Amino acid sequence: MKRKLSSTLITAAFALGAGAAQAQISDGVIKIGVLNDQSSLYADLTGPGSTLAARLAVEDFGAAKKGMKVEVIAADHQNKPDVGSTIARTWYDTDKVDVIVDVPTSSVALAVNQITREKGKAFLVSGAATSDLTGKACSPNTIHWTYDTWMLANGTANAVVKTGGDSWFFITADYAFGHALERDVEAVVLKSGGKVLGKVRVPLNTQDFSSFLLQAQASKAKVIGLANAGGDTTNSIKQAGEFGITKGGQSMAGLLVFLTEIHGLGLERAQGLTFTETFYWDTNDATRAFTKRFAAANNNKYPTMIHAGVYSAVLHYLKAVEASKTDDGTKVIAQMKAMPTDDPLFGKGSIRADGRKIHPAYLYEVKKPAESKGVYDYYKVRATIPADQAFRPMEQGECPLVAKK
Amino acid sequence: MEIFGIPTQALFGQLLIGLINGSFYALLSLGLAVIFGLLNIINFTHGAQYMMGAFCAWFLLNKAGIGYWWALLLAPLIVGATGVIIERLMLARLYKLDHLYGLLLTFGLALIIQGLFRNEFGSSGQPYPIPNQLVGGQNLGFMFLPLYRAWVIVASLIVCLGTWYVIERTKLGAYLRAGTENAPLVQAFGINVPRMITLTYGFGVGLAALAGVMAAPIYQVNPLMGADMIIVVFAVVVIGGMGSIMGAIVTGFGLGVIEGLTKVFYPEASNTVIFIIMAIVLLIKPTGLFGTQK
Repeated sequence: MKRKLSSTLITAAFALGAGAAQAQISDGVIKIGVLNDQSSLYADLTGPGSTLAARLAVEDFGAAKKGMKVEVIAADHQNKPDVGSTIARTWYDTDKVDVIVDVPTSSVALAVNQITREKGKAFLVSGAATSDLTGKACSPNTIHWTYDTWMLANGTANAVVKTGGDSWFFITADYAFGHALERDVEAVVLKSGGKVLGKVRVPLNTQDFSSFLLQAQASKAKVIGLANAGGDTTNSIKQAGEFGITKGGQSMAGLLVFLTEIHGLGLERAQGLTFTETFYWDTNDATRAFTKRFAAANNNKYPTMIHAGVYSAVLHYLKAVEASKTDDGTKVIAQMKAMPTDDPLFGKGSIRADGRKIHPAYLYEVKKPAESKGVYDYYKVRATIPADQAFRPMEQGECPLVAKK
Repeated sequence: MEIFGIPTQALFGQLLIGLINGSFYALLSLGLAVIFGLLNIINFTHGAQYMMGAFCAWFLLNKAGIGYWWALLLAPLIVGATGVIIERLMLARLYKLDHLYGLLLTFGLALIIQGLFRNEFGSSGQPYPIPNQLVGGQNLGFMFLPLYRAWVIVASLIVCLGTWYVIERTKLGAYLRAGTENAPLVQAFGINVPRMITLTYGFGVGLAALAGVMAAPIYQVNPLMGADMIIVVFAVVVIGGMGSIMGAIVTGFGLGVIEGLTKVFYPEASNTVIFIIMAIVLLIKPTGLFGTQK
């Protein structure tokens, strides 16, 4: 009788102890996994640069001084959803990763979004573009940070249509991202009274666009919309120059363009391109200071908006973990939405109920070679789209998390 | 007038584009066919050597101020020299063994070379300008043909037919073919067979580098350019017949045209149509369309 009582008491004591542990960080370490393309066409605009950005954010948060242990690991998903899913599952199940960041290539991001939701972890998307992440596929475990296809369509397409580009032909990367971008831009074009004269779907990572550019030329559309990114965009623009497309009166609209593409194309070929981004290294002293630190550790390559987004997201995540005293994914994401954001790269912003991070967007134009004063001095600002207008209104997103009024 | 819903004008334009792509396939598969047909080495490094040719041209322009026309001569020589070194130091030891060892070695080399270049240069690519004499184009009525691309077709035809002629119709080519069939006998006649083999490997590599220099102004000079090409080129060589020089040339141009047509009628399949054809050919005629049983 006495033994049964004491063993019951001891068991009760253990049970209470276990309950108290739930409010702490799981296994004492906050593990951040940076998952992106490290070796193929998107490696320069995300890749090792994002891992560096995450580490800089951990440093600036001062984890060591606050007594929090933070670890950053990285992996290459090779732009394949099956590879990305396997890595995500292994990370969550075996390696005790608490949050996955970046994940360009929308098809992979959608897969990781689903897995993160199943496991109750956290997912901070900087690299992927599809606006479905805050629409049909929205999740209480995911925040879409830097940009999305709706913002690109709203910024770039609107500007192009206003300057007379009212007939379009799309060259689209044949997977989730390309389809989403084409869909969102087509909606903007049609709403502004324009026409879409044709589209062609091109496999991802195509080297030669001559055949598709020829079809675009034959369509006589005023604007050729490039619904692709990375190496695909640079190849399209470079080859368009050869076929006299701009001389023939048609213009190329790069719907998703990063600093790395302009650097690869050279100002001679890229001048005059207009597109929308949410970060540029030369915007203010804070962004310039960050860029200096980043470039020093990144082979003198400057950060793209995706790198900046990873930094900003990880910083806010760590603040939320500190405030909520847990690294349980769902709870931290909820805390991140409750706190306003503030970082040197994007300034002040907020996160909506559907997981969309809100900040201003900028319409940039690439400078002519004569206007550039140095390496990476490529952009001039044409317009600023205020934060409340830059992203799709929450009610239009069909996100199940958003209460219908 | 329309054929299957595509106006004939647009179709001719696409055929011409297909021919241009076919010239790259033909040049690259020629190098592979020479190396395999004569030396029995499956040279997986071919794609990396194509990429090295393009980078060599970029280096010559940006670091030494040497332009495109000289690069056409120098880059194949430089990259060919590295090929000779690889052959002497590594491949020569594997001739006595199974084909597969050569394949593994060259595959490993390709991964190393590509990884090194990617570490150094990133994946976005470097710009390389079209030479001044070839800028602009000709409006042919049904399409605008860039002068540079027309040059690519002409140059690769000349190089391909020239190589075929040397190997199949001259004494030097005869020595080479004899040397690979029966090396001791040919050596007994006083011909230095190992040196001939080394130089042939260097020549095949030089062909890949030449294709790289010609590709530099139109595709991005980037470390991944070889990896994407090499798989397609191997399919071309397999379809044409692994040992046949003329087979590689004809199949290269032919498949370029077929791929071009696929891009018009069903672009989503343009990446895979060559492999579908390869599967069919292997089922019907395993030695390839022009290959002979060895």
